[in-house]
Amino acid sequence: MRLLIVEDDRDAADYLIKAFREVGHVAEHAADGEDGLALAEDGRYDVLVVDRMLPKRDGLSLISTLRTQGVETPALILSALGQVDDRIKGLRAGGDDYLPKPYSFAELLARVEVLARRRGGRSEETVYRVADLELDRMSREVRRGKEKILLQPREFRLLEYLMKHAGQVVTRTMLLENVWDYHFDPQTNVIDVHISRLRSKIDKGFSQPLLHTVRGAGYMIRDSAR
Amino acid sequence: MTALGKLIRTTTFKLTIVYLTVFSLFAAFLLGYFAWNTRRLFTQQINATVDAEVNGLAEQYRSGGIRRLVQVIESRSAQPGSSLYLVTTAAGEALAGNVGYLPMGTLEKPGWSETEYRRLDDPAGAHHALVRVFQLPGGFRMLVGRDLDDREKVHNIVISAGRWSVALVVVLGLAGGFFVTRRVLRRVDAMTETTRTIVEGDLSGRLFVAGTGDELDRLAENLNAMLERIEALMRGLQEVSDNIAHDLKTPLTRMRNRAEEALRAATSEADYRAALERTIEESDALMRTFNALLMIARAESGHAREDMADFDAAEVARGIAELYEPLAEEKGLDLKVEAPGPITVRGNRELVSQALSNLVDNAIKYAVPDGTEGTVAVTAGSEDSRVLLTVSDNGPGIAETDRPRVVERFVRLERSRSQPGSGLGLSLAAAVARLHAGELILTDNHPGLKAVIALPRGGPVQSSG
Repeated sequence: MRLLIVEDDRDAADYLIKAFREVGHVAEHAADGEDGLALAEDGRYDVLVVDRMLPKRDGLSLISTLRTQGVETPALILSALGQVDDRIKGLRAGGDDYLPKPYSFAELLARVEVLARRRGGRSEETVYRVADLELDRMSREVRRGKEKILLQPREFRLLEYLMKHAGQVVTRTMLLENVWDYHFDPQTNVIDVHISRLRSKIDKGFSQPLLHTVRGAGYMIRDSAR
Repeated sequence: MTALGKLIRTTTFKLTIVYLTVFSLFAAFLLGYFAWNTRRLFTQQINATVDAEVNGLAEQYRSGGIRRLVQVIESRSAQPGSSLYLVTTAAGEALAGNVGYLPMGTLEKPGWSETEYRRLDDPAGAHHALVRVFQLPGGFRMLVGRDLDDREKVHNIVISAGRWSVALVVVLGLAGGFFVTRRVLRRVDAMTETTRTIVEGDLSGRLFVAGTGDELDRLAENLNAMLERIEALMRGLQEVSDNIAHDLKTPLTRMRNRAEEALRAATSEADYRAALERTIEESDALMRTFNALLMIARAESGHAREDMADFDAAEVARGIAELYEPLAEEKGLDLKVEAPGPITVRGNRELVSQALSNLVDNAIKYAVPDGTEGTVAVTAGSEDSRVLLTVSDNGPGIAETDRPRVVERFVRLERSRSQPGSGLGLSLAAAVARLHAGELILTDNHPGLKAVIALPRGGPVQSSG
């Protein structure tokens, strides 16, 4: 995956570039909004990671300019502000995701990977399959092997989101945002309990577990046999 | 600056001068008008008297000729306080009267004139008179007039009285102005002095209130109220920074110790990994605390009022209850929700959800299922013009004396120190309620705690000030 990081803080940028390279991605860097715009206009990147406050041209203006030029590269906005209305402003300007500082790299990586894959993603499919687990989005039925699994509506949406991003790490915050539409941090990890409930329904009694916990990051549904 | 210079510069003194000038001008105008009018009245009276006499004498002349006229004038002239009379021949030779001297040519002009004269019985004293010259048939001329001394005397009295009273007004006004200004200045100086000591750091100082209820008293009272608030805020800030220092220092120290220990004692990669993972967990918890603090600061600053919209409070209650239901179940608690909707309220849905989630989180955290059935109930309802979001539990509750304190930032009661959490949950809920011009009410649930977020249905009314 090719990334463009537009960030004026040299240390933060260096850290991100190094971290992305370590997990096998190619990351390039622009130190201000104008450079960032010039590089991003080519559209050679899979994802843009744009700091909100930049010299010469701020992050929101960079993204909205790209969008008016028809460049649809997914963009994630990083911001020190991190308030609800800032997030809304960021998404309105054409950003695809928003992450307030301070963030963990695991969170950023998970979000960037989801964004990169979104374009060729599986949102068009009506049936998601991972190993012998099958989720039908039309009939809202879930099966594991021959067994039909009954899920609560929220559990269904949780599983749907996880399976849509099968093979990718999904963080707790991402689940809270996308499945529950909450953008705050519940003091307790309530998501963990929802996951363990779901796990007991889809994995219990089967030899191969599909719903995995990724330490320090989140969760992933994956066919571990492959 | 000299004391006088300071006095003159005060607003009170400037006002005194302005009022004094206006008042003096007015008094001078009034007296001038009075003087002019008395003078006019005198003149009119003289005119009337003289006209009557001229008519009477002309009548005497017509009926009795010059002899009769001379006789009448002689007798009238002899009376004390008489008018002025003079009858002459066409050549100017005096026949009768009491006027001894007249300026040349006075008798040549018939009609009214003001002139100097001397009386026959007092040739030394020159006087002023208003006279009328009348041509009689047969070439005789008659002059009748009145002395103007009375008029001048009254005029002079009025003018000098006017001068004196204006002078008196100015002197009294200036003195009064000085006096009032000095008094006000003394109190303002005292206030300035007190303020200076307060500015220098003694926030406990208060302005003196004289108890007269005047505007300076009201100002002092308001400033005192402001100081009270500032002191409370400062105290709060002090407490918060102390608490931040304490609550952030502890996890930071723990983090550092763990890293040091790993460096010193870890032997395998697995040890390092475990230490690093724990460090990340600790720093996540720290970030969480920071975010909660930022959120509170934001709610308290009132910024979030800009993006308020109508939302369904019942749906929020159901959503949060649904989010926490598995957690409650895992802890062996029964989480009930009673939120028949929709209950429309104006506000920030996200913040209200977060506040409610903090209350539910607390209720679950502190509810101790000790054999008896632990219950947490989430309800949404409305009462008059308010929407109430209630979270009640049957846990240990909070003693009434502790309730005001737990809303403060970082306050955790002794027995809850062992529980995880930032100690910011209730503060955030209270801040969110305040942002919506509502309140967070903590009451006894017999047993347990009942926490109510009460929000005005229409959202906070934008204050005009």
